[in-house]
Amino acid sequence: MTIVDTPPQRTLTTRPYVVSTVRQQTHDIVTVDIRPEREAIAFAPGQFDMIYVYGVGEAALSISSDPAAPQLLSHTIRAVGWVTRALNHLQPGTTIGVRGPYGRPWPLADAEGRDLVVIAGGIGLAPVRPALLAALAQRERFRRVVLLVGARSPRDLVFRDDLDVWAADPAIDVHVTVDSAVRGWVGRVGVVTKLIPAVPFDPEDAVALVCGPEVMMRFAAEGLIARGMPTDRIHVTLERNMRCGVGTCGHCQLGPTLLCRDGPVYAWPEVGELMSVREL
Amino acid sequence: MELDAPVLLSVDDLDTLIATLRTDGYRVIGPTVRDGAIVHAELTGVGDLPRGWTDEQGPGSYRLHRRDDDALFGYAVGPSSPRRELLPPRHRLWTAVSDGDVGFRVREEEHVPAKLALLGVRGCELAAIAVQDRVFLHGLYEDQVYTANRQDLLLVAVECGTPSGSCFCASMGTGPGIDGGADLTLTELFDPHRFLTRAGSTRGQELLAQLDHTGAGAADQDERTHRMDAAAEQMGRHLDTTDLHDLLLGNLEHPRWDDVAERCLACTNCTLVCPTCFCTTMEDTTSLTGDEAYRDRRWDSCFALGFSHTGPGSVRSSTRARYRQWCTHKLATWIDQFGTSGCVGCGRCITWCPVGIDITEEVAAIRATDGRRAARTGASP
Ligand SMILES: Cc1cc2nc3c(=O)[nH]c(=O)nc-3n(C[C@H](O)[C@H](O)[C@H](O)COP(=O)(O)OP(=O)(O)OC[C@H]3O[C@@H](n4cnc5c(N)ncnc54)[C@H](O)[C@@H]3O)c2cc1C
Ligand code: SF4
Ligand code: SF4
Repeated sequence: MTIVDTPPQRTLTTRPYVVSTVRQQTHDIVTVDIRPEREAIAFAPGQFDMIYVYGVGEAALSISSDPAAPQLLSHTIRAVGWVTRALNHLQPGTTIGVRGPYGRPWPLADAEGRDLVVIAGGIGLAPVRPALLAALAQRERFRRVVLLVGARSPRDLVFRDDLDVWAADPAIDVHVTVDSAVRGWVGRVGVVTKLIPAVPFDPEDAVALVCGPEVMMRFAAEGLIARGMPTDRIHVTLERNMRCGVGTCGHCQLGPTLLCRDGPVYAWPEVGELMSVREL
Repeated sequence: MELDAPVLLSVDDLDTLIATLRTDGYRVIGPTVRDGAIVHAELTGVGDLPRGWTDEQGPGSYRLHRRDDDALFGYAVGPSSPRRELLPPRHRLWTAVSDGDVGFRVREEEHVPAKLALLGVRGCELAAIAVQDRVFLHGLYEDQVYTANRQDLLLVAVECGTPSGSCFCASMGTGPGIDGGADLTLTELFDPHRFLTRAGSTRGQELLAQLDHTGAGAADQDERTHRMDAAAEQMGRHLDTTDLHDLLLGNLEHPRWDDVAERCLACTNCTLVCPTCFCTTMEDTTSLTGDEAYRDRRWDSCFALGFSHTGPGSVRSSTRARYRQWCTHKLATWIDQFGTSGCVGCGRCITWCPVGIDITEEVAAIRATDGRRAARTGASP
């Protein structure tokens, strides 16, 4: 299959992709793997697509698969409304629509020669997963690769297969914690941001990628800053209502920025203050 | 851009201009009286223009009156704006056609370039088109629908001789006079009734060449200057734009937002009449049989509760947050996002607000009790 570099210019038109597998991650989260009917389009870690379900509508969804293989694209989707619920009940073989990729990716190159610290809360592991896969594929370019993962409970953990593989891999230092344990859970208990002070990495020479609920990202940034990380090496990815993905629908504004055009990945100094204004 | 010396057109010449455009295949859209307001509609000739009418506007009020002359453009802007022609309130983007099973293919809507002429466009409206151009033409991608309507757009502008009680274009630097941006710019002059006309493009020059005009003299030019000076004096409202961006963004927690939220009905009127507002949403429907699924785009408003819906609920659930979003977007964050103010001072939002909320007054109130100054001096606002 041919892989092209740029998204098509007729940007509001969706392109058909066929669902190959639907993998249940948690009770309300699935990962849907899809293949393009025509050419595949290259993407960078952190970018998102607008995914269309026939007759139902579109939702902005981060790409959660390996950027080295854009011909098999995955999105990891929590059922919260019409479109995401429909996506949670797809059958293999079904056609869905895709437009994208859109948005500013994670600045992975900035982490080269440094420690890479990835912090994910809940489904927040999905948008950082392509960055982790890309980093592990060129492992020698980074010093430490550290992953902190938090979930509400063990049953809310996504990508458990990956977590098991990575836990056994000396190339990456994985720490998993849950807010509240259940019987049989032998791992850590507590919110993910509590791990930040003790995990080994060099705060003065590291880059952090953070994805999760906004409060979690605020605490994570505070924790990293408290350890001495320069604020502009902390990156977060934000979520707002999004209708077009190409900077014309006005829905994804956060003060001076448009998430689809200027984000969704931001350096902390660009959005930290904005995130603390209620109802902005 | 002024290409040749100004000329004079008569009312009959203007009628010929409309006829010429229509013969050339243009749909000519301009002001006309309907249901007690001056709105945009297709024009067949000068007879469709609001001859001898004027408007009286203020916060929450709009009324038409008879003038004591035959002026064709003796009023300010009404509720319609060019925005409606360039990105219609609702339009189809594409249709998904089912293959009867679990597949579909996409049939794109054809966006044929429109032959559209807007007549009677004011300075504030030319500025508003330029603002929307930045969003739809000069952003990440060109918007296909907007481009189709915009690329061959012909603009016949009119300088404003009768600003309304809601107007503040002089504060925003968009009017009442016009310095280019249109193919033809007219200034209506009286005794005798005539139009001082300047071409702003080669298309404008070509149109003038087809008309039977006479040259304009120094006296005509002086009369224009005089009228524009008088119009600027007559501006119903004023907005102090000094440091406006930082003033508003430095006062995001100002108590005035609570105050205006008590009055605002979140009715969305202000956003629907504003010539620069560009927000849209998508709507998906299916045919009765389910064989086809349609994707339409329609205007949306930041005053609607659903506008900011995300998983955990609406980001801006209070009216305070929604008015603040609208006002700070227009006057401050628009500049960050698109390099220009999002307000051109047309006054529509003031006139068409059912409770008469006045953006110039809200800003003045914030300026009068600037929270930043209070923070610096330690006093409470
Ligand atoms: C850049 C970006 C990346 C994203 N990545 C992901 C991702 O990787 N995975 C993921 O799962 N999500 C992701 N999201 C979020 C995802 O886009 C939304 O969850 C999705 O758009 C919801 O669409 P929906 O049609 O399912 O929900 P909708 O039906 O639109 O509803 C959304 C929410 O609003 C509520 N709601 C809707 N309408 C109303 C109403 N009229 N009154 C009251 N409440 C209402 C619903 O109950 C629901 O909670 C991302 C968002 C962005 C902007
Ligand atoms: S904000 Fe009000 S005055 Fe400014 S351009 Fe819009 S409608 Fe006109
Ligand atoms: S400011 Fe006025 S017009 Fe705008 S939403 Fe509020 S009540 Fe409606």
